[in-house]
Amino acid sequence: MTADLLLTLPVLAPAIGVALCALAWSHPLLQRLISLAASLGLLCASVALLLAVRDGTVIATQFGGWAPPFGISFVGDMFSAAMVLITGLMAVAVGIYGLVGDVEARENAFYHVLYQGLLLGVTGAFLTGDIFNLYVWFEIMLISSFGLLSLGGTREQLDAGIKYVTLNLIATTFFLMSVAFLYGMTGTLNMADLARVIPTLENQGLVTALALMFLATFGAKAAVFPLFYWLPAAYHTASAPIVAIFAALLTKVGVYAIIRTFTLLFDGDAGYTGPIVTAVAIFTMVTGVLGAAAHFDIRRILSFHIVSQIGYMLFGIAVATPLAIGGSILYVIHHIIVKANLFLIAGVVNRAGGSFDLKQTGGLYRTMPMLGVLFLIPALSLAGLPPLSGFWSKFTVIKASLEAGHIVLATAGLAVGILTLYSMIKIWNEAFWKAAPDQSGQTMRRWQADRRARIIMLSPVVVLAAITLTIGLFAEPFVDYSLRAGEQLLDKSAYIDAVFGAPAQVTEARP
Amino acid sequence: MEPVFALAFGVMVAVAAYLLMSRNVLRVVLGLLVLGNATNLSIFLAGRMGSRTPPLVAAGETALVGGANPLPQALILTAIVISFSLVAFTTVLFESAHRRLGTVDTDAMREAEPEAAKKVPNDRRQAAARKMEPAE
Amino acid sequence: MNSMILRATSRLILPAALIFSVYVLLRGHNEPGGGFIGGLIAAAGIAVHAIPRGRVSLTQLIFASPKTYIGTGLVIALASGLPAFWLAQPYLMHQWPFQAIALGTTLIFDIGVYLVVIGAVLSFLFYYLEE
Repeated sequence: MTADLLLTLPVLAPAIGVALCALAWSHPLLQRLISLAASLGLLCASVALLLAVRDGTVIATQFGGWAPPFGISFVGDMFSAAMVLITGLMAVAVGIYGLVGDVEARENAFYHVLYQGLLLGVTGAFLTGDIFNLYVWFEIMLISSFGLLSLGGTREQLDAGIKYVTLNLIATTFFLMSVAFLYGMTGTLNMADLARVIPTLENQGLVTALALMFLATFGAKAAVFPLFYWLPAAYHTASAPIVAIFAALLTKVGVYAIIRTFTLLFDGDAGYTGPIVTAVAIFTMVTGVLGAAAHFDIRRILSFHIVSQIGYMLFGIAVATPLAIGGSILYVIHHIIVKANLFLIAGVVNRAGGSFDLKQTGGLYRTMPMLGVLFLIPALSLAGLPPLSGFWSKFTVIKASLEAGHIVLATAGLAVGILTLYSMIKIWNEAFWKAAPDQSGQTMRRWQADRRARIIMLSPVVVLAAITLTIGLFAEPFVDYSLRAGEQLLDKSAYIDAVFGAPAQVTEARP
Repeated sequence: MEPVFALAFGVMVAVAAYLLMSRNVLRVVLGLLVLGNATNLSIFLAGRMGSRTPPLVAAGETALVGGANPLPQALILTAIVISFSLVAFTTVLFESAHRRLGTVDTDAMREAEPEAAKKVPNDRRQAAARKMEPAE
Repeated sequence: MNSMILRATSRLILPAALIFSVYVLLRGHNEPGGGFIGGLIAAAGIAVHAIPRGRVSLTQLIFASPKTYIGTGLVIALASGLPAFWLAQPYLMHQWPFQAIALGTTLIFDIGVYLVVIGAVLSFLFYYLEE
């Protein structure tokens, strides 16, 4: 397949999904089929993309055939291909999981259109090579997530929606403002062209100031300290599949944007930005994990853990060695799978045990020992215990930070790992181990009677847990891929050549 | 002209910041609108203010001669479209929140994050809170 | 809002707005105009017609749900990029099948945008219209 097809199909699949689901708005069953087919299409397209770039080639395409840097470029390298693949995987897993529960209510409210719209925005953001276009994908992602969050229209969701919408809108508006300043300084918006132009600018101090503006806007998206407040205020109000796809993808787009811009555009003044990112990473990890310790609602505990784990993904930019960046990439991949799985399990706990509130559930290990094991795999992986995926990703980032002499950062990382374990044990104790509350027998019987719901909800959980185990037990290829992707990020010339080396096709002027 | 426009940009951001810090959600929407327009102005300024001629290729020519910079205009148009739809959505959301929650004061909106349990956690209140959770 | 004046004038405004919107849509090829602006003009005309008459008359006026408009428009716009694949060119690259007249996939894309804009504006209008 050509680079054009490889890079277009991952975006086209969810785009067609949006269009057809909107067209079939009055037929929920048809929408369901279209949505699943589009997610599968995204998965297949992303596998093809990964196979094409795994040997270290960078491919690029120019939308509409406009020559770079004037048109919109799409670029696929090892990092973005891995992110798109994981998006496809999540799209299918969560898409299947979303077929039970209050699915009828969701489908009447445009669920599938918004779901595909979210995937469209996320894949677009991963693949684009144009910073203004990145803003557009961010907005597509945001407006879909606004819709998904307030889908049920309960009082809780409306309240959460107001805070989520307002804070995120301010963040993206700031992003646009930063893009305007960047354009004012460089006269270009194509990221490959920016990478060429920025080092030649006279006023590098201004570049550093701009880098910090971008760090703030992407940081707000990625939910880092001190800009994370919108996340724990909103995530726990959405239903399980929606919050799972949010937890898997939304903040990670922010992390992706930070890693991409700070390796490609703003790597000039790492001596100044490095310590700032280090401090942000430490505070993010610590505040997130302490916030989680205070809560007893599974979704709120896990929401705070998203914040806490984002800190580890910033190690790459804080330490800025090839090993650290590779470790960050591995961390993002591992985290998406594990975190989505934990939220999916939280949904199962709610359905089988009757509540998201840990105080009102219990005894699940007695009735469903398999679920207990399925919970322990991602939970212990999140805490970083061997031989699971979390161990290798934590090991890589902490090794990298120790090698570079970041003792405080490494210590914070290890301590937060222990506190994460505390939170996971809390969920285990309350939901699985302690005796079941009196009134929970009825929900349990209903759950055990509903075989279809059990299969649909548990199969994605099993698959994701199996992937976590695979990354843990056969870590070699995954670690190797991430490290090579990290090295590729540091070699900017490949990215620039891919964009500008492409045959420049210019649309001929027509009457 | 640039300093005047830069000053206008600063004033608009200040106004937006003042409105966004309000507790009234209606003012917050207005703040978002003003902030979006300030951003559009900054894009316009970033493209430099030169020619006043519209950036249209004259008949018979193949390239643009002496027109204004067309790129900021394209960017602003995109940004306007996006902020139009986002503000429309936000207005609908805030309006339905006003209907359901009966308040426009952000301080009074504690549905998603209820205040820490009071000394006497009322059983009825907990039951009501449970009823409000989305049926999973 | 039931105003006699608005009711009477909107009867004239609606056809004028629709015709003008199509003119702007077609004119967008080489001059200011295009699908987005055309769609907004058409939606404005429909809105003026619907505001004094209410939701029921809007439903009768536009035949289908605004969601159908959005879906159709998106399908058309996305499909307009597909012929480029046939010729091994980047997605959305404009194709000009006729030598003599300037009729190509760009217009198809613009028509898609036109429908999406109308659908999007009308769906917000639906929310605010009185029963």
